[in-house]
Amino acid sequence: MTERLFEGADWDFRTLQRITDACEEVALKDLGLDVYPNQIEVITAEQMLDAYSSVGMPLFYKHWSFGKHFAYHEASYRKGLMGLAYEIVINSSPCISYLMEENTATMQTLVIAHAAFGHNHFFKNNYLFKQWTDADGILDYLDFAKTYVMQCEDRYGRVEVERTLDAAHALMSHGIDRYPGKKKLDLRAEEKRAGRRRQHEEEVFNDLWRTVPKGAAKSRTALSIERRRKLLGLPQENLLYFLEKSAPRLAPWQRELLRIVRHIAQYFYPQSQTKVMNEGTATYVHYRIMTKLHEQGRISDGNFLEFLGSHTNVVFQPEFDDPRFSGFNPYALGFAVMQDIERIVTRPEDEDREWFPDIAGKNDVMGVLRDVWANYRDESFIAQFLSPKLMRHFRMFHLHDDPEERAGIRVDAIHDERGFRRVRRELARQHDVGFIDANIEVVDVDLSGDRRLILHHHVIKGSQLNETDAKRVLQHLADLWTYDVALIEVDSNDKVMREYVVSPRPISAVA
Amino acid sequence: MPIHIIDRRLNPGGKSLENRQRFLRRAKSLVQGAVKKTSQERDIKDVLEGGEVTIPLDGMHEPRFRRDGGTRDMVLPGNKKFIEGDYLQRSGQGSAKDSGPGEGDSEDAFRFVLSRDEFVDLFLDDLELPDLAKRKIAQTESEGIQRAGYTTSGSPSNISVGRTVRLALARRIALKRPRKDEIEELEAAIAACTDEDERVMLLAQLEKLKAKIKRIPFIDPLDIRFRRFETVPKPVAQAVMFCLMDVSGSMSEHMKDLAKRFYMLLYVFLKRRYKHVEIVFVRHTDRAEEVDEQTFFYGPASGGTLVSSALQAMHEIVRERFNPSDWNIYAAQASDGDNSYSDGELAGMLLTDKILPVCQFFAYLEVGESGGSAFDLSDSSLWTLYERLRNSGAPLSMRKVSERSEIFPVFHDLFQRRETAQEKAAP
Repeated sequence: MTERLFEGADWDFRTLQRITDACEEVALKDLGLDVYPNQIEVITAEQMLDAYSSVGMPLFYKHWSFGKHFAYHEASYRKGLMGLAYEIVINSSPCISYLMEENTATMQTLVIAHAAFGHNHFFKNNYLFKQWTDADGILDYLDFAKTYVMQCEDRYGRVEVERTLDAAHALMSHGIDRYPGKKKLDLRAEEKRAGRRRQHEEEVFNDLWRTVPKGAAKSRTALSIERRRKLLGLPQENLLYFLEKSAPRLAPWQRELLRIVRHIAQYFYPQSQTKVMNEGTATYVHYRIMTKLHEQGRISDGNFLEFLGSHTNVVFQPEFDDPRFSGFNPYALGFAVMQDIERIVTRPEDEDREWFPDIAGKNDVMGVLRDVWANYRDESFIAQFLSPKLMRHFRMFHLHDDPEERAGIRVDAIHDERGFRRVRRELARQHDVGFIDANIEVVDVDLSGDRRLILHHHVIKGSQLNETDAKRVLQHLADLWTYDVALIEVDSNDKVMREYVVSPRPISAVA
Repeated sequence: MPIHIIDRRLNPGGKSLENRQRFLRRAKSLVQGAVKKTSQERDIKDVLEGGEVTIPLDGMHEPRFRRDGGTRDMVLPGNKKFIEGDYLQRSGQGSAKDSGPGEGDSEDAFRFVLSRDEFVDLFLDDLELPDLAKRKIAQTESEGIQRAGYTTSGSPSNISVGRTVRLALARRIALKRPRKDEIEELEAAIAACTDEDERVMLLAQLEKLKAKIKRIPFIDPLDIRFRRFETVPKPVAQAVMFCLMDVSGSMSEHMKDLAKRFYMLLYVFLKRRYKHVEIVFVRHTDRAEEVDEQTFFYGPASGGTLVSSALQAMHEIVRERFNPSDWNIYAAQASDGDNSYSDGELAGMLLTDKILPVCQFFAYLEVGESGGSAFDLSDSSLWTLYERLRNSGAPLSMRKVSERSEIFPVFHDLFQRRETAQEKAAP
């Protein structure tokens, strides 16, 4: 029998080292995980509160809103309304995990398995994180941002910097590129491609084409609109990017601030798209590691029971009519799907073979899971892997609430043969960021007139912008743009539902 | 793969402090309003305690593009009895409806906890010491001693061993003083040496090294350094606060309570400005005595009223214990205004000649019965006396109070940044 990692609840730094080594052994050998180097930091409750207010990052630029969040968290923590997280993990290389000092030894093991191996593997391998984040550079970048903001404050005044940052923060949710941009072209490849194109033209040359009549030439105005839009890169849904590149009267440092906020928003973009998967992965990994350690006799029965207690709390899913219900718990849903995949891969039933022909009975659990973790995000993950069995287990049902409908809220589908696919499609849609965030884009600028910036909000299912907030955000936008800004809400038939026009406040016109 | 485990617990805390200060600065007017409101509900002795305040979130709102309304779809867990095509009542089955996200409007009031310091800072923010007092602080300085580097001469008790040894070491290295192990090595080589010529040569070398050691001392007088001290002027950071109160029978509990509240505020205020604040309680009827706080406020006493006795007592205490060049002296007198007519002359003289010249600030608070508007009809004897003094240029601040809620505004008035009373009082 192997030696116990620890006895009771106490731990010291040697224990942590032993725990980490043991977890690493299971994670790398048994689960085949691929992780960034780990850095584990033990922090106090107060430091945890600090981290909360700067979105979990170890360093961040200074801004009053973080102070507000800190005051808020602190107040609710002091009153006992809110517990603190056991850990925070940062998508960086080395991957930093913060552990709370008051965790018991069992909890530290759980947390190390969860964060330092589960999340860490996900960060390193999931395609969204690979595409959008630079784990090696993020800490340096934040350091740069912090210093830069500080220098700006020294040079241009705190109030000015604060105003720009306020505006940038208001637009943060619309400062994201949703699709990977055009890659910088390699010039040599470009030349080759041009050659190939010429060759192709020569091969398919036929003089007959010349005689085919062309359509009517485009009118002049249409051409100039097209040209203008092309010049400004319109339509553009990344509002911060557009302002950074095209706002006429911003100072260079203001552009840089917008850029910083935009980069940080982009860095967090994958996290918002993979909540269920990320937590599901980490929970599945800690469950496997803890179970293994217990099997090996390195964790005592008592400590394992303690683990099971907190694990059960983490994956608890209240039902919709429970007062504790507040939507799907990403831990519960994620973990359930991961375990279900394990079941489908190892012990499939006929239903599973029909629904998941690719993975049913494949027997290589970790292989399948690693592939899932690498190549999906919440939306596609749920759309692909939520099984009828799980829908029955959670007793899911789909409600359709149309305010026009007098009779009430319709139950659109339930967990039965007719409803499985519809419920699943709807749940996947709820996790689609493209669907959650309002679809707003810059469509035009009145260059020949008063330089008014024109935005469109494409209203989906009649859900319009909240008026007070929209006006405030637009005010910020107008202050940056320094000319009028118009936001037009159009429905799917291009019918205008509402129009906002906001003029910049005089004070920022000076800035 | 190497794993770093780092203990961050000892890192300096308060990383969010600056953000927090920015937040408070931004929300200043809101927070200040909240602080004033909170402090009105509190006992004055708890004023210092900090605590929770609630501010409207309006000015602190961080707007985002949010959507609401429209048709909504949601998938929920825990279906027990519904089948496809059922309708749920909107109002009755509220639970299903409430479960949507979009709780953005719920935090329109924002509660958070202010620390003691933050609370008092905001509480006293627009108050300032009277100008006169500030001038005095700048002038009344005393000498203090402070470390100031090293010197080559001084008393033996001030030798800085570390610095001396460091210099000696540097000198020894620079002059290439042979080290002990070099000599030992050489001696060992001589002992092991068989060749006579070489032995002689090594011996000569050893002699040379030994001579060099003698020439270059381990510690030279040149190396010795002494800690140097400098006297620096130090602003006086202590204050004494005299609480003078009439405790004759005409003072009711209510009046004493008013006075107490005023003293408390003054104490809090001084405590912010001075490291060390002492309080002297002097109560008087027709004779004055220094008492402890308990007796001051609650002890029974009876007799006539002679204000001059209290002033005399204060003057003596100052002379005995509080040298005006070392102490900032503040005095606050509370009385219902009664005084023997015969005493006016003496009190006025004591005040102008003895007390006011050494005081930073002298406040007179005339307390009246609650709802005592009769107050305004005729000025009391003491008020008349003080008013006459003030009109002839004495630096006196005076106010009348009859309601508990007036205490803070009065205090505020007395210490406001642009102090009208002080303009009059400026010599």
